[in-house]
Amino acid sequence: MERSEEAAEPGLSNRWPELLVALFLFAMGVVAVIDSIRVGIGWEEGEGPRAGYFPFYIGCILLVSSGWILITALRKFKQAQPQFASWTELRLVMQMLVPLTIYVIAVVFLGIYISSLVLIAFFMKVHGKFGWLVTAMTAIGVPLGAFLLFERWFLVPLPKGPIELMLGL
Amino acid sequence: MDELNNLMHGFSVAMTLPNLGFMVLGVTLGILIGVLPGLGGANGIAILLPLTFSMDQTSAIIMLSCIYWGALFGGAITSILFNIPGEPWSVATTFDGYPMAQQGRAGAALTAAFTSSFVGAFFAVLLITFLAPLVARFALKFGAAEMFAVQMLTFCSFVGMSKEPPAKTLAVMALGFALAAVGMDTVTGTLRMTYGVTELLKGFDFLIAVIGLFGIGEILLTMEEGLAFKGKSAKIQLDVVLKTWAELLRYWKTSIRSVLVGCWMGVTPGGATPASFMAYGLARRGAKDKDSFGKGNIEGVVAPETAAHAAGTSALLPMLTLGIPGSPTAAVLLGGLLIWGLQPGPLLFTEKPDFVWGLIASMYLGNIVGLIIVLTTVPWWAAILRIPFSVIGPIIIVICAIGAYTVHSSIFDVVMMLVFGVFGYLFKKLRYPLAPLVLALVLGDMAESSFRQSMLLSQGSLDIFWANPLVGGLMTLSFVMLLWPIVPVLKHRLRRRT
Repeated sequence: MERSEEAAEPGLSNRWPELLVALFLFAMGVVAVIDSIRVGIGWEEGEGPRAGYFPFYIGCILLVSSGWILITALRKFKQAQPQFASWTELRLVMQMLVPLTIYVIAVVFLGIYISSLVLIAFFMKVHGKFGWLVTAMTAIGVPLGAFLLFERWFLVPLPKGPIELMLGL
Repeated sequence: MDELNNLMHGFSVAMTLPNLGFMVLGVTLGILIGVLPGLGGANGIAILLPLTFSMDQTSAIIMLSCIYWGALFGGAITSILFNIPGEPWSVATTFDGYPMAQQGRAGAALTAAFTSSFVGAFFAVLLITFLAPLVARFALKFGAAEMFAVQMLTFCSFVGMSKEPPAKTLAVMALGFALAAVGMDTVTGTLRMTYGVTELLKGFDFLIAVIGLFGIGEILLTMEEGLAFKGKSAKIQLDVVLKTWAELLRYWKTSIRSVLVGCWMGVTPGGATPASFMAYGLARRGAKDKDSFGKGNIEGVVAPETAAHAAGTSALLPMLTLGIPGSPTAAVLLGGLLIWGLQPGPLLFTEKPDFVWGLIASMYLGNIVGLIIVLTTVPWWAAILRIPFSVIGPIIIVICAIGAYTVHSSIFDVVMMLVFGVFGYLFKKLRYPLAPLVLALVLGDMAESSFRQSMLLSQGSLDIFWANPLVGGLMTLSFVMLLWPIVPVLKHRLRRRT
C-alpha cells in the first residue's frame, strides 16, 4: 500500500531504492546486449539466427523499460515520495536479513545441518526468549528430521561440513 | 462423449489407493504451506519437486497439484482467523472474513470460504474437462509462428492487464528472459552471458528464483510487519456448516459471476489475485446493502474465494493444452512436467492420455478431499499459526535452503536464493510484479526456440507472423495488449486539447 511522505513514522523514502533498482535493471540490460553482440546477433548463412539474436532484443527491451523507469524516478526525484519503509520496519527486516546472510555463508562452509541448528537456536533464544530445553529440542530436531527425511528415506544428500565428516556421516 | 469416457478412465487411474494417499498427503502439505507465511503454492511446490523425482509420474503430479489445491484452501484460514493473507489471492477475503471472525462468526466465514473455493474450483475443472481437449485439438495445427504468437500474447497481456506500472512489468519480464538465456544456447551450443563464471554454465533455474522471490522475499516482508500474530480461534460445528450452506444458496448469482471472472482471469494470465479483487468489487457493486461490505458480509467472502479458486484451477488449462502456464504455481507445475520429460502442449493429450486424464480426474477428487480435510481440521491449523514467528521463521528459511539446494545439489543455488530473496523484497516494495519474471524465466527457452524456428521457416522475415489470419490475429491482439496502458494517457491528452 502506498503511504505519503507525512507518514506517522520517519523512514526511508522510495527515492533511492527506486533509482538503484532501475539502475541495476539497466546494468543487466547492458550486460545482455554486450554479450549478445559478442556471440553474434546477425544471421548465420545456412544456420539461421545466431545465439545472440534473441537475447539482444530482450536486452534492448530491458534497456528501454528500465531507462523509462529511471527517467520517471529522476523527474520525480525532488518531489515528495511514498515511503519505502519506516526505520523501525527496516530494522526488523535487517534483524532477519543479517542472520540469513550469515546462515547462507555458513551453509557454504559448514554444511546445512550445523548452520540450521545455530540459526533456529539463535532466533528462538534471542527473539523468542524460549527456555534452553525447548530451544535445544527444536534446534536439534529440525536438522535431524531433515537428515532422516532426505538422506535416509529419499536418498538425497544435503551439504555437509567438517563436523559431519568427523562424525563419519 | 469422448471426454466422459476419458474422464472415467482417468478416475480409474486416480482412484487407486496409493494415489488417494498421495492426494491426502498433498492436500495436507498444501494447507500447511498455505497457512505458513513465506511458503506459498509456487515455492512450496518448487521445494517439494525434487522429492517427487523418484515417484511415478502420474502420482507425482497428482500429489503436486493437490498441494496446490491445499494451498488455495489454506490461504483462507489465515486471512479469516488472523487477518493475515497467507497468499496474495486471499487478501480480498480478509475484508469481510476477519470482521466475521471478530463477531464470533468464524465458523460460518470459514465454511463459506471453503465451500466457495470448492465451487469455484469445481466449475473450473468442468471447464478444463470439456474445453481442454478442444483447445488441444485446435492447437495441434499450430506451427512455430503460432506458438510464438500465443506466447507473445501471454506476455503482452501481462503488460496490458497488470495493475503495476507497465514499464516495471516490461522490465522484470525482460529480466526473466535475459536470465533464462544465460548459459549454453540450446541451438548452437554457444555460451551466453556467463562471463567465464563456471556456476553460470547451467543457467538460472526458475525453481531457485521462485524459492527466493516468493519464499525469502515473503519472509522479509513478514518481518517488516513485526512478529506478533493475534488470531481468533475457531471450531467448525456441523450445524454451523449446514446453516451456512443453506445461506450460501442465496448467493448463487454472486457465485456464478465470480466463477466467470475467475475462469477468464485464470485462462488469460491475469491470475488468481486480480480475479479475487475483481469478483469482490463486482459483488459489492451488485449488492443492495453496499455498506455492509467490509463489516462482515458473507457475500464478501464468497466472491473472492470463488474467483480465486476458479482462476487458480483454470490456470492449468493453458498449461496443459498450450504449455503456457496461467500463474506462477502453474509455471512450477509445468517445470515439473518438463523435468519428467513430459512436454505440455497439444501432443500431451494424444501421447499421454493416461497422465492427462488421471490429472484431470484427480482435480475433482483432490478438491473433494481438500474440502473434507479443511472443514474437519481447522482448529489444528489455527493452532500452528499460534506458534511464534521466532520459531516458524528460521524453520521456513531452513526448508527454503534445503529446497534450493536439492534442485541441482548446488551450494551456489543457495546463495542465489538469497540474492533472489532480497530482490523479491525490493520488487514487492517498489511494485514490480513477480509473476511475469517467473513466467519469462520458465518460458524463455521455449519462446526463443519457437521464435528462431519461425525465423528459419521464413528465412528471417517477420512476415511469417502475419502469414495467416490466426497468427496475424494473435500478434495484433498482442500489440493491442502491449499498448493498452497508453490508451488512458492518450484519452487524457485529447480531452485536454479540446
